[in-house]
Amino acid sequence: MSANQITNILVVGIGGQGVMTATEILAEAAIALGHDAKKTEVAGMAQRGGVVSSHLRFGPKVLSPQIMAGTADLLVGFEAAEAMRWCHYLKPGGLVLMNTARLVPPVVDLGLYDYPDDPLAEIKARGYQVHAFDAMAIALELGDVRLGNTVMLGAMADHLPFPPGVLLESILKRFSARKPHMVEVNRKAFEAGRAADAAASHHKESALA
Amino acid sequence: MVRCGIAAKVHFSRNTRESNMAAVSPAPATSRLLLSGNEAVARAVWEAGCRVAAAYPGTPSTEMLEVISTYPDIYSEWSVNEKVSLEVAIGAAFAGSRSFCCMKHVGMNVASDALMTLTLTGVAGGLVIAIADDVGLSSSQNEQDSRYWGRFAHLPVFEPSDSQEAYEMTKAGFDFSEKFQVPVILRMTTRINHVKGLVTVGERVAHAAAGFKKEPARWVMTPAGAGKRIPLMFERDKVLRAEAEASPLNIIDNGRDKRVGFVASGPAWMHVRETFPDAPVLKLGFSCPVPIEKIRAFAATVDKLVVVEEVEPLVETELKAAGIECLGKEILPRQGELAPNVLKPAIAKLLGEPVPEGITAPAQVFPRPPTMCVACPHLGVYYTLAQIKNITISGDIGCYTLGAGHPWNALDTTISMGASMGIALGLDKGRGETDKDKRIVAVIGDSTFLHMGMQGLLDMVYNGGNVTVLLLDNRAVGMTGGQSNPGTGRDIHGQEAPRVDFAKLVESLGVKKERIHVLDPYQLPVLFKTIRDEIKIPEVSVIITDQPCVLIDDYKKQKPYEVIDDKCTGCGNCVDVGCPAIHVTRREKVIKPSGKEVELQFVRIETTACTGCTLCVQPCAPEAIVHADLTKPMRLVRH
Ligand SMILES: Cc1ncc(C[n+]2csc(CCOP(=O)(O)OP(=O)(O)O)c2C)c(N)n1
Ligand code: SF4
Ligand code: SF4
Ligand code: SF4
Repeated sequence: MSANQITNILVVGIGGQGVMTATEILAEAAIALGHDAKKTEVAGMAQRGGVVSSHLRFGPKVLSPQIMAGTADLLVGFEAAEAMRWCHYLKPGGLVLMNTARLVPPVVDLGLYDYPDDPLAEIKARGYQVHAFDAMAIALELGDVRLGNTVMLGAMADHLPFPPGVLLESILKRFSARKPHMVEVNRKAFEAGRAADAAASHHKESALA
Repeated sequence: MVRCGIAAKVHFSRNTRESNMAAVSPAPATSRLLLSGNEAVARAVWEAGCRVAAAYPGTPSTEMLEVISTYPDIYSEWSVNEKVSLEVAIGAAFAGSRSFCCMKHVGMNVASDALMTLTLTGVAGGLVIAIADDVGLSSSQNEQDSRYWGRFAHLPVFEPSDSQEAYEMTKAGFDFSEKFQVPVILRMTTRINHVKGLVTVGERVAHAAAGFKKEPARWVMTPAGAGKRIPLMFERDKVLRAEAEASPLNIIDNGRDKRVGFVASGPAWMHVRETFPDAPVLKLGFSCPVPIEKIRAFAATVDKLVVVEEVEPLVETELKAAGIECLGKEILPRQGELAPNVLKPAIAKLLGEPVPEGITAPAQVFPRPPTMCVACPHLGVYYTLAQIKNITISGDIGCYTLGAGHPWNALDTTISMGASMGIALGLDKGRGETDKDKRIVAVIGDSTFLHMGMQGLLDMVYNGGNVTVLLLDNRAVGMTGGQSNPGTGRDIHGQEAPRVDFAKLVESLGVKKERIHVLDPYQLPVLFKTIRDEIKIPEVSVIITDQPCVLIDDYKKQKPYEVIDDKCTGCGNCVDVGCPAIHVTRREKVIKPSGKEVELQFVRIETTACTGCTLCVQPCAPEAIVHADLTKPMRLVRH
């Protein structure tokens, strides 16, 4: 949280991954707790596979909806290279939650650009902390890639200025209204995300030891 | 590596929209809702008792009308273009109804002919026109400042800064419009339209239509009639200026730090408050006419005055002309958003303070330009055009503008909606010696054709052009999210509506029957032959493709494909289709017997994303692409 009591969370990925929905769920959780919140996207034609970065700011009173580079409290990358693209938005030493899945755009397939060899290492080299895990594989294991964004939300749960239960509540509320049969599997995805994050942070600590 | 199966994940569902519609019961008054600027305006339009709302889609304005169409007690329509939408709203306002119209910035260029005379007649029922400027160019062909229209047309301009203000100013706009019988422009930007914030909503108050009153001196703008109305417009200017001077939408925050005071409007005001919490700030909510005297008094209380406005220096210029010393575009950019990261260093420099340390430079990562969807019906068209030599392709605006990108590089010009027609004709008539033998092809989508393209085609036929027109009818306004239009056979609510027959339409514009072809863009050989034959004929031909956008409900998925590794020779033909479900897994340089070096590209199809359109199958000579064996478990491929 920054000095003025505002929490800045940047969620990034590509169109179709559910980045904006995830941020909206986060915003709803913050609002349920009585915060003011603003959410904004830079989505360059997101529906066509472009980059999506979604800014969420919440606290007692939010003015500008935009997070300034170098001030994000948390960066959530739904895709490896996207986490790398946006990591300079984090405050120094800040935390990245990163899905290791690589979504390769046509310009890379066509040989016009290279996909970075090791986005994780590049982010770490800049002094940020990273919790990395394969959210896509976790989602597939639970039976549906589309659970990926709930997995990512689960991973965020222990890094927010409010209890994980509030976030889970806000996710389940969505599903119980629109797709009640999806409630249970989303609960599982959320817990799996939380566990993946915990494992990733543990992994880092043991690596340091 | 796993590929993004874009098509599978975002789906424009008419059914969903219909069910949303049925489900709508507007949230009760005093609810606090998390709304985008667009949703907030829609709610306000409904609460204000507006009876008629019309628009043509355009990012970032589209959702305003989409949401309005879900409210009860309000007529809404997708018009064929912005000019017609404004005219519909004007007619309703003449009939004494409250009416609303919205568009993206460039839409007003199209609608302005009506606007410039509307300002003389004024309105009976309240009329609010929301114009969404794509400041920062998130998805537009240019960046322009719609506040100019207020100056040009002598109309009041309101500028909200966030969703709550967009909601309030829309409601205030209706009252103001009715009180002064003048249309009100609500100037929004992407950073309001698409930002979500909390809005406290209120009660709907119905407004019955007063009824049309026959009053030719007012509603019929002949030269004599207009001549009498112009002085009234100038009188109204004075009234509007006095209103702006006294408006509660223009407020002063008296900050402690008087070194720099700001005049700011729109989202830039939020950024100023955020970045300089102690500075005195005059917020312009009612920004045209400029409340000069209010600003003059404010300027006297600060050492330096800085005007923060996105995009053009409109307020700044007027202040300087009025003798008020201020800074603006000398220290701030005239393009893009004036976000905190822009403001902070500019003001530090002005104050002679150390410029805040540059943030760490962003990492260098490949770009991710937008792509066409997996199996998009436009893919085959561009695959074919890319193979035809010696053509110049006059393009237009829509998903098919992406044909200018890789791997096709098959679009040579784009200007404005419908321009592909006139520009093609001009390329034909103005050809130089070097393009003597060039064939001219124009590519246009169904919605763009109906918006402004028809007139260009008529002109081309009438004036004996030599152009082959590809009319890509995908039964949707794909680019803006799959809205309906007169070519889709559906109205804004997803209900059946008369469907225009494009072949008959172009025939009645004068295209010879034998020069009109309707074909399936997934049949590559037919497409290729038809285009190649038609470009040789020195007349106007129209080739209409008739397969739906894959993101609408009309699209039917087929059995997906996969690549048999052992059979793939790496010829790369399938890669040239440009379908994002096809991935190159390996490249290999080989020397051909002829001594020529070629690069082989071995591929894989992401079966979960493939919809079986067959486009890539057709050019695969070794028949390496076959229907996927779906009994095998799905796997994630990593490499
Ligand atoms: C004057 C104007 N109005 C609206 C837009 C926004 N816009 C961009 S493309 C497009 C329509 C695309 O539809 P269509 O021609 O059917 O092509 P598709 O995207 O379906 O391939 C619209 C409305 C614009 N660029 N200019
Ligand atoms: S026309 Fe439809 S399928 Fe093609 S790129 Fe646009 S949205 Fe996708
Ligand atoms: S067209 Fe066939 S042989 Fe050529 S690269 Fe594609 S799959 Fe391989
Ligand atoms: S058949 Fe080929 S071109 Fe068509 S969707 Fe599948 S991979 Fe893409």
